[in-house]
Amino acid sequence: MSNMMKVDLVIVGGGPAGMSAAVAAYDAGLRNILILERDRSLGGILRQCIHNGFGLHRFKEELTGPEYAYRYEVQVREKNIPFKLNTMVLDITPEKVITAMNSEDGLFQIEAGAIILAMGCRERPKGALNICGTRPAGVFTAGTAQKFVNMDGYMPGKKVVILGSGDIGLIMARRMTLEGAEVKAVCELMPYSGGLARNIEQCLNDFGIPLMLSHTVVEIHGKDRVTGVTIAKVDERRKPIAETRQYIECDTLLLSVGLLPENELTKSAKIPLSPITGGATVDQNRQTETEGVFACGNVLHVHDLVDYVSEEAEIAGKAAVAYLEGKALSGRNIKLATDGKVRYTVPQRITAEENVTVYFRVADVYRDVRIVVRDGENVLVNKKKQKVAPGEMESLTLTAEMIAGVTGDTLSFSIEQ
Amino acid sequence: MIRNLTCIVCPKGCQLKVELDDANAKNVLAVEGHTCKRGEKYAHDECTAPMRTLTTTAAVEGGGVVPVKTDRVIPKEMMFECMKAVNTIRVPADAKLGDVVLENVLGTGANIVTTRNVQL
Repeated sequence: MSNMMKVDLVIVGGGPAGMSAAVAAYDAGLRNILILERDRSLGGILRQCIHNGFGLHRFKEELTGPEYAYRYEVQVREKNIPFKLNTMVLDITPEKVITAMNSEDGLFQIEAGAIILAMGCRERPKGALNICGTRPAGVFTAGTAQKFVNMDGYMPGKKVVILGSGDIGLIMARRMTLEGAEVKAVCELMPYSGGLARNIEQCLNDFGIPLMLSHTVVEIHGKDRVTGVTIAKVDERRKPIAETRQYIECDTLLLSVGLLPENELTKSAKIPLSPITGGATVDQNRQTETEGVFACGNVLHVHDLVDYVSEEAEIAGKAAVAYLEGKALSGRNIKLATDGKVRYTVPQRITAEENVTVYFRVADVYRDVRIVVRDGENVLVNKKKQKVAPGEMESLTLTAEMIAGVTGDTLSFSIEQ
Repeated sequence: MIRNLTCIVCPKGCQLKVELDDANAKNVLAVEGHTCKRGEKYAHDECTAPMRTLTTTAAVEGGGVVPVKTDRVIPKEMMFECMKAVNTIRVPADAKLGDVVLENVLGTGANIVTTRNVQL
């Protein structure tokens, strides 16, 4: 192809992760940056998250999604960081050659010095759920409904059942109710909610919407349009209990059943992924196993709060500049192992003796436990927690001194009584 | 009387235990479980006069919608009335983030402001 450009740092995705990474790289002195964004504006999914609650950590004030995104968009524009909108990245090679296209430039290729993957995540679709019944109109992921209501100004239905109690489902329960729909129930397969406690309070309890834990949708009814769903309680093995089946009349079923990091490009670059997070395995700089390729935000692992996405993206942005300047990013190679109760950590390995904040999620709800980090027999961290839950990301910081003192090649993370 | 609340001030979602006067349920005697001052204030407000920020969209002149919010909290029971008021607004197509598009909505003291520029 004749259109080969050379760019020091290419950032794939112009959402909160991509913009934060770009600003951090700029602030670290880099100027030759290019953000590629497939949508028609910067901001990513925050553009449709019109509710408030963003930015309390970052800006010490409560912002809506579009306001949070705008704070970064302004910085990208003021610093004149180049970006291309309506641009779809088709391929990334292990040699960091990016193939992309848009209607102005056509098909083009970029030879990148470094790449930051910031593609975000997408929703688990209905096809992944094996629900019986017909295939009528009226089944949407919660995020699709959110886009219809908040960006396009259309209401997707009037009588709604929501399957899954992830935050987007809870937020949409409130949103649809405010716009005049009747939300009949939120069903959650697990015995606990996947969303934040505050959202159960302000999105469901405020409006008297029942949260039915250990319940799932077993059948969708309707020929052209959804006419109802059958729900049932599930046993401890999550199998529906036949006697508990009940029919709920509705015209809309929203699904909020999990988010999947969108890593097709990561795969095309042959970068190893974690089977647990669905994102690349990274070191504390968020460098993947391919040198010079970094990942941050929801493409790496699904975050609860955008504030932490920004924080992570800044780490990746700074580290990408250090990589381009030829600074060594490694020295040690310590693996972070988990006991299963701790499902995963990010990063998955530590390569330098510096302070590292490790983020992790747990597999189940545990009460009055200790989070323990061990180097062989040696206990580095022993932190008490009243309650940990899968829906809430945890973190702890390993100091440079702790890491310098590690004698083995593995740090093990566990939850203990 | 004890009332259990989930604090909604931040994503932490502290579980609050509020002791209320048996004779007057609006008289807060003690708050437990909060980890910050804002949580304590929330517990008081929630038991006396619950308040919420309303976020929604408003129609733009000539078509489309733009996200808006109340620039301060409003009484929780007025959310649906405020929705109706917001639905009468036509936001000018050149409105910028933070522009007031409805002043002092229903006498609450809160303005309805846009949360992004109408033009991308």
